[in-house]
Amino acid sequence: MTNGAVRASAEKGKIGHFFRTLGKQYQLMIMSVPMLLYVFLFNYGPLWGWLTAFQDYQPRKGLAGSKWVGLKNFEFLFTHNTFFLAVRNTFAMSLINLVFGTVSSILLAVLLNEVRNRAFKRTVQTVTYLPHFLSMVIVAGMAQNIFSGRGTLNEILMTLGLTNSPILFLGEGKYFWWLIGVINVWKEVGWGTIIYIAAMTSIDPSLYEAAAIDGAGRFQRILHVTLPGIKSTFMVLLIMNIGHLMEAGFELQYLLRSGLVMDYSDTIDIFALNYSFGTANPHYAYGTAAGMFKSIVGIILLLGANRIARALDEETLI
Amino acid sequence: MTVISATKKAKRRDVVFPIVNTIILILLMIITLYPVLNTVAISFNDSLDALKGGIGIWPRIFSADSYKELITDPAIYRAFWVSLWKTVITTILNLFFTSMLSYALSRKEYVLRKFITTVLVLTMYINAGMIPNYLLVSRFLKLGNTFWVYIIPTMFSCFNMIVIRTYIVGLPEALVESARIDGAGDIRTFFQIILPLCLPVMATVALFVAVGAWNSWFDTYLYCGSKKNLYTLQYLLKMKLASTQASSNAANTSADALANSVKVAPITIRASITVVSTVPILVVYPFLQKYFVTGMALGSVKG
Repeated sequence: MTNGAVRASAEKGKIGHFFRTLGKQYQLMIMSVPMLLYVFLFNYGPLWGWLTAFQDYQPRKGLAGSKWVGLKNFEFLFTHNTFFLAVRNTFAMSLINLVFGTVSSILLAVLLNEVRNRAFKRTVQTVTYLPHFLSMVIVAGMAQNIFSGRGTLNEILMTLGLTNSPILFLGEGKYFWWLIGVINVWKEVGWGTIIYIAAMTSIDPSLYEAAAIDGAGRFQRILHVTLPGIKSTFMVLLIMNIGHLMEAGFELQYLLRSGLVMDYSDTIDIFALNYSFGTANPHYAYGTAAGMFKSIVGIILLLGANRIARALDEETLI
Repeated sequence: MTVISATKKAKRRDVVFPIVNTIILILLMIITLYPVLNTVAISFNDSLDALKGGIGIWPRIFSADSYKELITDPAIYRAFWVSLWKTVITTILNLFFTSMLSYALSRKEYVLRKFITTVLVLTMYINAGMIPNYLLVSRFLKLGNTFWVYIIPTMFSCFNMIVIRTYIVGLPEALVESARIDGAGDIRTFFQIILPLCLPVMATVALFVAVGAWNSWFDTYLYCGSKKNLYTLQYLLKMKLASTQASSNAANTSADALANSVKVAPITIRASITVVSTVPILVVYPFLQKYFVTGMALGSVKG
């Protein structure tokens, strides 16, 4: 027998073995294959829709009947100021969310980690988890109550004499990104601590003792024991979040936007939504092209962040 | 001398820090709770008076009118039931399929384990986008304007699968082995041995799924906008929000002018729907806190 034949028969044996094992595992297949098919249909199936980004897509004619137009839809995106603004707003708000969110959660986790009274710690945790469970519609309504012209914040500012006339926080573009950042911190700061606190509890207590013997004060212990202890968690989350940098979340922006702040509130998703559903003559293809751009940039960012982390010899995701 | 004063200083700092820390955390709790209590106060306030603004955490003129309005409005009543059924059915089906899948993917001997896991994990990063999803669900599968559009497209979440799988992997392997020796197949092993032990993690994931289903409004907006009898509570809230938005952007409109333009101020109705739709979650989540904290930590670290 030649080498090739040996290899071929070994391959054959391997494949045969694979199917024999699979046959024995038919129960595991019953339990998992339906969901696999589901994911192919609902998560990978829509990728077919990306083809419409290269068409003058008409819903009535469908994918097969619509005219192919090459890169014309992308040309439209890249030559229109609204799309440029949408990309800018998406990046700005997700960056603000990422920085504010990470810093505030780590800060709160450190403060909670220093609390000795367990009942008090638990109370703070329960209370700060609460907003995570509120829907965005409810949060947007509360934001309106707080930030509107007649809202609580203006009342406080006016009582303190910091301003004479109410400031329209929701009606001026320059405040919008920061408001979204603040509201997201309010909603998620407590929830974000869960994973950091978990990382902190796995720090070896003898490290703290050793630091104390060496004369480290509380702040030095935080700086040299606690923060290094959560570094790998921080890195993994950072890579994941960089992969989601194109996701500014769109519900809150959509609910709080108005014609006055459009240039600052409209993200890529809202751009897609406006062109697909906001007009009498829907341009689904623009929306698809915008979404495709978003996904591809997101994947590039994720792989890039992962590669940088690997180069720095840090924890990686993939 | 200097050494002594230094340790004294350090000691003083150790007294100061816990106090400052406690004050910061109490302030944080106040900031967290204020908007919530404010909403409750508005919901119990007189409707016209509420338009003037300036209500703190206690109603200025007490009135339960908005709740009466809520009970008698058939649209709200119907939306409540739609929301409830949507949540219950989504949670049950989602847990059933996800837990079964998680068990299969926890079995190391399963030859398709790696392949299926990779395919599933990639869904966290590959997303076709809003419009292709819409075209699939609405044009291709024709689920628009049906109740099932609330259930079917939200059946799978990779994160929840990872949370359950991590929990199952942590259970003693001997459980499965002894079941196997007794002649039980995987399906039976899962339902009779593993599933009852998964109660804590199932409660956690049930909370995540139920909250997600209960809180979503965009699905109604996208797929059922023209079908009034499929409106959910959150969608009604969204519509009420839009109707109060115009007034919130105008600073100096007189409250009376606003009051004349609407019969019952949407702001109090909105507040009362908010309260009614939030209370079920607020009652449940503190009891599940212990479980979801472990679930979250395990799931995200290992995922």
